[in-house]
Parts: sequence; structure tokens; C-alpha cells
Amino acid sequence: MSDPVTAELSAAAEPSVPPTPPQRVVPAAAIALAVSGLCGLVALSALWSLHSMLGSPASGVTVLLGAFGVAALLPLVPALRAFNTARVRGRFLADGDLAAARAAAARGRDQSHTALGYALAVLICAALVWFATANDGAISRTFLRWEFIETAWRSVADAFWVNVKVAVGAEVLVLVFGLLIAIMRLLPGQAGRPLRWIAIGYVDTFRAIPSIIVLYLVGFGLSLAEVPVVKDLPPIWLAIVALTLTYSGYVAEVYRAGIESIHPGQWAAARSLGLSYGMTLRTVIVPQGVRRIVPPLLNDFIGLQKDTALIGVMGVTDAFTQARLTASNVFNLSPVIVVAVLFVVITIPQARFVDRLLAREQRRAGRPS
Amino acid sequence: MTFLQIRDVHKAYGDADVLKGVSLDVAKHEVVCLIGASGSGKSTLLRCINALEPISGGEIRVDGDVVSGQGVDVNRLRRNVGIVFQSYNLFPHMTVLRNVTLAPTMVGGVPKAQATEHALALLERVGMKDKADCYPESLSGGQQQRVAIVRALATNPQVLLLDEITAALDPELVGDVLAIVRELAQDGLTMLLATHEMGFARDVASQVCFLDDGTILERGTAAEIFEDPQEERTRQFLARVLTAGRL
Repeated sequence: MSDPVTAELSAAAEPSVPPTPPQRVVPAAAIALAVSGLCGLVALSALWSLHSMLGSPASGVTVLLGAFGVAALLPLVPALRAFNTARVRGRFLADGDLAAARAAAARGRDQSHTALGYALAVLICAALVWFATANDGAISRTFLRWEFIETAWRSVADAFWVNVKVAVGAEVLVLVFGLLIAIMRLLPGQAGRPLRWIAIGYVDTFRAIPSIIVLYLVGFGLSLAEVPVVKDLPPIWLAIVALTLTYSGYVAEVYRAGIESIHPGQWAAARSLGLSYGMTLRTVIVPQGVRRIVPPLLNDFIGLQKDTALIGVMGVTDAFTQARLTASNVFNLSPVIVVAVLFVVITIPQARFVDRLLAREQRRAGRPS
Repeated sequence: MTFLQIRDVHKAYGDADVLKGVSLDVAKHEVVCLIGASGSGKSTLLRCINALEPISGGEIRVDGDVVSGQGVDVNRLRRNVGIVFQSYNLFPHMTVLRNVTLAPTMVGGVPKAQATEHALALLERVGMKDKADCYPESLSGGQQQRVAIVRALATNPQVLLLDEITAALDPELVGDVLAIVRELAQDGLTMLLATHEMGFARDVASQVCFLDDGTILERGTAAEIFEDPQEERTRQFLARVLTAGRL
């Protein structure tokens, strides 16, 4: 038996490893049942305290809360199913059908895990409701007073247009200006060196300075210094200029990363066909680089959009300034929540749009997305 | 008549000498195969001829005119000297057709309709006309390489450099690509190719050069090199290739 081949052959004839027994289901199902029951109870008590906080709400609200209560108990369903599956597993095991028993066990554990996952989600939602009703509802009275939201809504939404205009204006300029800086930074050879230095200096400077300071300096400084042309610009344009200065630094680096990520073989192929450096950059390298940087670009754009809430420092009335004004009048923060919601609302479609762009890109490349 | 003249070309990357004085004459309609181990300088030589790499010493002439060194219009040179790479290097964001028409329309001054017509004719020749509107990533390696050959031919180059163009292909796809090269050779296109396909080299080459450590150690007709190599290093190399089953 010293010959390894003979040893292996005899091992194959008589399996030395016993077949895998099916996994146990009952412990997992028991934990799932306990956790989902507990989370359901917590959620019910949270809903109950919300209901009492509301005083005597309209019957529609009560029905809605009741529906939430029922939903909070739904994780019990897969937990109970897991027990049933455990019985099925036992039957198969008794019949000696090991494969079927293993499959049932896997299903049962899956059901237990599903129950756990949903139960924990219920717990998180219940915690939020608890938070909103805490201190006898002081939290929701501070942040979520409907009458203040209603009165502030119009003026805040109107002022939000200023944020949108500044964001869109700055984004268009950033796309152009950032690319210019990135290309400057990538200029080749001795001749390009001074321009490379300037590009590096620009990025180092404007990425470092907080955008609120750039806004402040541009907003007041340029008109104080009576800089020609610029001093006559309306403040909203100064805001666009300031944010363009800051975010071009970020976006230039994103462009650069995209351009540098293109394989050198693409340069070689384009140049070998007789395309000049500029043509290669324009038709081969940048178009490919830009496709890769769409997600990080969106990141920076969302950052830019949020920073439009800072333009109040230069005397432009944007949504946040307006909301603070209303909030201090009514001594309640609900109007500010309106601004927060508006920012969320404009961000989500952009995120989905980028997701779809990427998915389309994947499909075109023939890869399953 | 000598069309491509390479005189004592040196190339160094930092301290590493890759080409140590290579001289080679290629006549019109000639097919020259460069063989040799990886790192012997085959690819570097091809990239130097196309001016993708500047040379450190020596001289390269195409059709009598010096094309190495300062002040040469490399973009014009490259339209005359096409190159196909081992890794295809198609432009993934363009369709097959656009890959092929890009250079003629952008730098060759060919009207778009005419370039498209020419491209479709070339694609048809390599059996890729029905893929004209596809993107490269949806094609197999062999198909991509056929498109890459067509792309290099679209500017009507007088010399075609082929840099181990079948090395990245699955074995069953090699034949299709080599058949195209064979056909181009029969049409009289001047070609310089680095290859590991010895059988193919023996069939098409009018001249075979064995590169070793940055120099052409031995050169001759395919029969001379493969049947009766004079240098010990050449014999060793061919023996190793033979054991690997590639001859």
C-alpha cells in the first residue's frame, strides 16, 4: 500500500469521508422566531406610543398605524415556515433521502435568515419611531410640525431655485474648466512643464481652501476690490464662479484619474495610425476616460449641490437662508427640514440616472449587468 | 530595391540595452519574419520603426528618407507604416466601422462616404463586414485581431508591422488570422512580423531573422534558418520550440 496511486484508487472505491449530514434547522428557526417576535413587540409598542402622542387622530391614521403594526409582525411568517421545513427535513432524513434532507435544511435555514433580516429591519424602523415620539414627542414637535412645513414650503421651494441655478451653472463650468486643468496637468515634455506646475498649484490650492471661505472671499472681495467686469456681476454669478473654482480642483483630479486609467495600448494604437497627440486625447483617450469617471463625478456634483447651501454667506438668499429666516420667526426647525428634503429629492434621480447609464454601458459591452 | 533600411539601431530603456546595433534591409514586397525568445528585442524593433519608441542610436530609412531622429513628421510616417499589436488595442468606445474609418477621415483627408466604402470592402475581405456596427468587446479575440489588421490597412500603408499578432489568441482562432496575413503576403504587401508561429514563418517568409539579446544573430531564407541553422543559439532556440510542439 506504499504506492500512492494504489492508495488513492482504494480510497476512491471506498469513500473515507462520510457524506455530509443535513444541517440543523430547529435552532436557527427558534432564534428567528424569538427575534422576530421580540422586534414585532417593540414595533407595536412604538406605534402605540405614536398613536397616543397624536391624541385622537383621524380614523385613516389609525388604520395606517394598524397596517404598520401588522407589517411589523410579518417576519414571524418565514420563522414559522422554517419550523415546518424542519419537520420536512426530519421526514426525509428518516426515509434515508440524504440529498432531499440537505435541500430542505438549506431551505429552512434560508427562511430563518429571512425572518431575522426582516425582523432587524422592523427593529430599526421601530427605533426611528421611538426617537420621533421620545420626550413626549418633543423631537417631532421641533422638526416635523406640519403647519410650519406648510407655511414655509412655498418660500423655501422658491428660494431653492437659486440653489438649483447655481448648482447647474457651476456644474457646466466645472466640466469644462476641470477638464482643461486635467489636460494641462498631463501636458508632456519640457514645454509643458510650467503649465503642469500651474495646474498642480491650482488643484493644491483650491482643493485645500474650504468652499465657504472661497465663497466669502469671491462674494465680497471681488466687488470690494472693484475688479472690472466681475464687480458688476450679480451675486448669483459670483456664487457660480466661487463654486467653480473650488470644484474644478476636485473634478480635474477625477478627470486625470480617468485619463490615466486608459491602457497605454490605446495611445500606441491611436498614435500608430497617425493621429496627433491632441487628436488621440480628444477622440480616443478622453471619451473613454469620461465614461469611467461618471460615478465619482456624480459624487463631486452632489457635493457641489450641497455646498450651494453655503452661498448665504455672500448675501444671496438661497433655500437654506430662507428656511433659517422662517425658522427663527416661528422658533421651530421644521422649515429647515423642507430644505433637507428638497436636497434629497434632487439627488435621488441623479443617482438612479447614473445607475442606468452604467447598466446601459454594461449591456452595450455585451456583459450581463 | 531596399524599401526599409535599418542601420545599426540601438535602443536603451535607462540602463537596459534592448537593441544593440540592429541592421536590416527589407525590399518591397518582401515578408521578413523576426523570431527569437521573449525579450530578444523583436517587439521593440517594430515599435522603433513605427517611431512609437525613439531610438538611441543608428538610423531608419523608409523609401530612402530618414524617419528616425528629430524633426520627422511621425504622423505622416505612421500612415505609411502600419502596425498591428498582440493585444489588438481596438478602441472599445467605437464601432468596428468607426475604428477602421477613424484614421482615414481624421488624418488622411478621405471623405467619410469613401472611407466607409473602403472600410466595408476591407472588412468583407476578412469576413467581418456583418460585424461593422458591433463594438469590439462583443467580438472574439480572433475577430478583434482581424479588425485590427483592417484598421492598420485602412490608411493604405506601404509597410505593415505585425507584433506577435496571434500570441494572445486561442489556438483554434490563430488559423483565421494567419490566413489573412498569408493573403496579404501574396498580394505583395511589404511586411515585417515578429512571431512565434514557426510553421507560418517558414511558409511566408522571404527572409527570417533570429534575434538574440538585442542583435540579429543569424539571418537567411526560411530554409536556411530552419533546416540548417549555423549558430548554436539558433539551434537551441529552434530545438526548444520543436519540443514545445510549435514547429
